[in-house]
Amino acid sequence: MKPGKSLYLFVLPGLLIYLVFFVYPTLQGLVLSFSRWDGVSEKTWIGLDNYRRMLTGDDIFGKAFTNNLKFMLSVVVFQTFLSLTLAILLFKNTRANIFFRSLYFFPTILSSVAVAFIWGFMYNPNVGVINNVLGKAGLNVLAHNWLGDPKIAIYSIAFAQIWAHTGQMIVVFVAGLQAIPHDLYEAAHLDGAGRWQAFRNVTWPLVAPAATIVAAYTTIQSFKAFDLIFALTGGGPVYSTEILSTYIYHTAFQGSEFGYAAAQSMGFMVIIAVITFGQFKLLRGNRVY
Amino acid sequence: MNDGTKRARGARTGSVGRTFVLVLFGLLVLLPVLVVVLATFKPMNELFVNPLGWPKTFTLDNYKEMIMEQSIGKYFMNSVIVTVSTIFSILFFSTMLAYAIYRFGGWRGLTLYGLFAAGMMVPPQVNMIPIYELVSDMKLTNTRIGLIAVSIAVFMPVAVFILSGFLKSLPKEMIEAASMDGCGEWQAYFRIVLPLSMSSISASAIFLSVMVWNDLLFPLLFINSNDKKTLPLALLQFQGEFMTNFPMIFAGVILASAPIVLAYLFLQRYFVEGAIAGSVKG
Repeated sequence: MKPGKSLYLFVLPGLLIYLVFFVYPTLQGLVLSFSRWDGVSEKTWIGLDNYRRMLTGDDIFGKAFTNNLKFMLSVVVFQTFLSLTLAILLFKNTRANIFFRSLYFFPTILSSVAVAFIWGFMYNPNVGVINNVLGKAGLNVLAHNWLGDPKIAIYSIAFAQIWAHTGQMIVVFVAGLQAIPHDLYEAAHLDGAGRWQAFRNVTWPLVAPAATIVAAYTTIQSFKAFDLIFALTGGGPVYSTEILSTYIYHTAFQGSEFGYAAAQSMGFMVIIAVITFGQFKLLRGNRVY
Repeated sequence: MNDGTKRARGARTGSVGRTFVLVLFGLLVLLPVLVVVLATFKPMNELFVNPLGWPKTFTLDNYKEMIMEQSIGKYFMNSVIVTVSTIFSILFFSTMLAYAIYRFGGWRGLTLYGLFAAGMMVPPQVNMIPIYELVSDMKLTNTRIGLIAVSIAVFMPVAVFILSGFLKSLPKEMIEAASMDGCGEWQAYFRIVLPLSMSSISASAIFLSVMVWNDLLFPLLFINSNDKKTLPLALLQFQGEFMTNFPMIFAGVILASAPIVLAYLFLQRYFVEGAIAGSVKG
């Protein structure tokens, strides 16, 4: 059956709304990035000024980028490692395993605002749960102002992010592990392979594609952590948890510099493209098929 | 000691270690939630002396205050309206799009698919500024319709991605057979493809409902009047107003999360399927 002409009607409504409200603004952002605009009055074309400022005269942009990298690296490394380990322990469909998987998945359904409030309370320096528990255990020396200390605040938020999203990555890995044919393990076992060797030679090569996807997805997700950071610290103290997305928001809606914020968005987009591309290159090396 | 007992002992210590790790991580997941749930039943002054334990004076005042005084029901309804309209529109558009991508195939199918797949790689924060510009040019700021239209456009790529991935797994012959019976595209779509895709549609619906219900960014950008705020935005406002009145704010968090948590208890399969499909397949 040849595709009928009526198929264009299938495409039209969805494509239209997507083009108007997503594709067009994405391109329009480029134009805006060459302008000065306060959100109310007329736009003025200022050429490359915004980009020049972003690359040479804006320390906070660099700081936000560094924070983004710190956040991304801690989340991607720990979350991928943790979810793969737990998925290996849980990939068989026994009753207990299914229970643990649903328990671990639970935080992923909460809103980032809810997660932010929960961890804001855990980390609270006065009534907070963590310092309270440390105090009861006689470990007062370990108590910190978890979100107030600029040196550790971004990692405290990264921990909340890992808490909230590990369960989702576990189920992705479980699906990948369940797709590995059981014969391969039996063959490895007959050849006298130990657990580690079986992992190294059977599991890892076959689960690597899933790991690539998980790492890429987690990277993008960590860059999207706007809601969590906005609700937890708003970027403070002294920009120590400001990431690119919150900084763009602040530039536009607090500084009323929409043109400059659009230029920052372009920089943000390039950074994400480079990181995603690099990651795929890097992890592709592990693929066997 | 022979090899058999050695292996059995190895397996036993292995399984003790395994259980330990699993329970430990389970507690890490559960305890923060439990502490917060317990806090909602304590008066504020008790929370400061007893942040961890069982409530000594059990009270429902925090919930009462949220429902009666802070009219959380209003925000709840706003979230329902925005989420339901967004999800139904997305399902309507994306099932048709996925069907067309599947039927077109070739360069047209690929172009369409690529256009939407690319949208998944662009975080919404990247184009929030120009989207805000567009919505304010159209005089749609602080309207539900503006928020819904943007949410449809932003979240639709995920549904197109999931549904196209599913349709690819269908045998072409099924549609061919339909054409023998003289079915047009509409009939093939309604009678064959839609019914077959139900589980994939449900998974997308659940996955996206969670995203839209929980979204803070777009309501934050567009909505400023109190009678149109959605739950995440309202919670943020409560936090600004009540600062350290944790029990009350947490009661709000519980009420705002309740529908998703209830849905999770009954429709877990679709949550997990959606999460896997949304991040892997396609």
